[in-house]
Amino acid sequence: MEGWFTTTEPYTLIGGKCASCGTFVFPPRGGACPNPRCAATELEPTPLSRRGRVWSYTENHYAPPSPFVAADPFEPYALAAVELETEGLVILGQVAAGVMGADLEIGMEMEVDLDVLYTGDDGEPRWVWKWVPATPSSVTTTDNGASA
Amino acid sequence: MSGDRDLVVLGAGMHPWGKWGRDFTEYGLVAARAALADAGLDYPDMQYIAGADTIRNGYPGFVAGSTFAQALGWIGVPISSSYAACASGAMAVQSARAQILAGFAEVALVVGADTTPKGFFAPVGGERRNDPDWLRFHLLGATNPAFFALNARRRIDVYGDTVDDFAQVKVKNSKAGVHNPNARFRKEFSLDDFASSPLVSDPLRLLDICATSDGAAALVIASPEFAQRHLGTLEGTVRIKAVATTTPTYPQVRLELPDFATDSTAVVPAPERGFKDSIAHDAYEQAGIGPEDLSCAEVYDLSTALELDWYENLGLCAEGEAAKLLRNGDTALGGRIPVNASGGLSSFGEAIPAQAIAQICELTWQLQGRSEGHQVDNATVGLAINQGLFGHGSCTIVAK
Repeated sequence: MEGWFTTTEPYTLIGGKCASCGTFVFPPRGGACPNPRCAATELEPTPLSRRGRVWSYTENHYAPPSPFVAADPFEPYALAAVELETEGLVILGQVAAGVMGADLEIGMEMEVDLDVLYTGDDGEPRWVWKWVPATPSSVTTTDNGASA
Repeated sequence: MSGDRDLVVLGAGMHPWGKWGRDFTEYGLVAARAALADAGLDYPDMQYIAGADTIRNGYPGFVAGSTFAQALGWIGVPISSSYAACASGAMAVQSARAQILAGFAEVALVVGADTTPKGFFAPVGGERRNDPDWLRFHLLGATNPAFFALNARRRIDVYGDTVDDFAQVKVKNSKAGVHNPNARFRKEFSLDDFASSPLVSDPLRLLDICATSDGAAALVIASPEFAQRHLGTLEGTVRIKAVATTTPTYPQVRLELPDFATDSTAVVPAPERGFKDSIAHDAYEQAGIGPEDLSCAEVYDLSTALELDWYENLGLCAEGEAAKLLRNGDTALGGRIPVNASGGLSSFGEAIPAQAIAQICELTWQLQGRSEGHQVDNATVGLAINQGLFGHGSCTIVAK
């Protein structure tokens, strides 16, 4: 989805930020600030914090219906809703392949990554954001998303 | 009890829930005729027709009010067609209610019916990259059960609920539903049945998730003046005291179908009441009652765990205490506040535009003492609540 995430490292989700009241929104959008007490009509594309904490998670054990492009045979995968503290947003995403519910818990730190959603008929990969557990080494790096 | 914005439920009717794949209009007509017969009125007596829409049945589904009016025969009265996802039925009732309260009509027919495909609900076809409902399937495979599962997981990890608690919701509801002639699944389930039920979206198994069904429900509602003329008395009539079709208040801080994210709390703090709490609160305010006044409730158990969320949203117990209420038997038939004495969606499956209307039919029959085999003793006040995706609240209170 063009404009929903950066395609070069460091990968971040891109949200909208209201230049007037300062609130955030994901996915990014135009037209009106979501804050009903704010009359602004411009939202600036803004990289969001790369890290957040698990609000909840699940695993899909059945292949979702189209328009999801499911692998055949289908491999169960996890979804996580991750809370970004600075932005006050909880954002849903697939969890990186191989990381399942047993590896997750509410409150654990995650960071955003990109992965191939599926390969299109043109042979080109289609990309999507995925949540991955923040590794100890990556935890020490600065979270530069929110202020960028 | 009576209030100056009360309406009277003169008739309630259903087509039983099932899975046949026939034209939804056919089911709707059966329900409409049953409601008219229950009211002792003829179809041409109706002064307004409200249809609850279904989006999976082409144009006739989008203009359900017109579809039913044409199928029953044109009688030259105003109509409306309401779409609000799972809350479509409540929106249709609200449309008719507003017409009657405004004095544009005295008696109205409300109808909702659906026919459903097999398997997971999927978005409407085509490639629609501006439609969040399409995108959540395409990018994430975030099915409805996946959203239910996120809430269920919170209950386990935050409140200490167990998967057996969830299963007990189904056990309870199936025990009541066995006796409901309009229910689709009339089989008692036990905890043992869950062990062999396949995991769909962890921690929810297939038996935790409601099926999709065909079905129809209809109501005839009228002003008290019309009811008085028709019945000769208002004694013992079932009144609609409240219909709340509330939206969330910014910021919506609970991740809800079909959204990718919550609203932001960075600038505006979370409101005093979350979305689902506020739906119930608005209905209580309209009716001038509180949770302690309820005899019974019909809540939207799209998943077993979701029924427990509603106990808390309704104020039947404090946040995190719902499983305790269930374990005490308080919400079973014979308990302090029976919930889903109809058998709930567990026993019905969901026929989207009909379901909120069916909840009101069930409560009407409970208040009239007509729910043989699953009757709540001395029921005088009932509440039905649900929520349609894209921010549609739906809560109705009836009393006699």
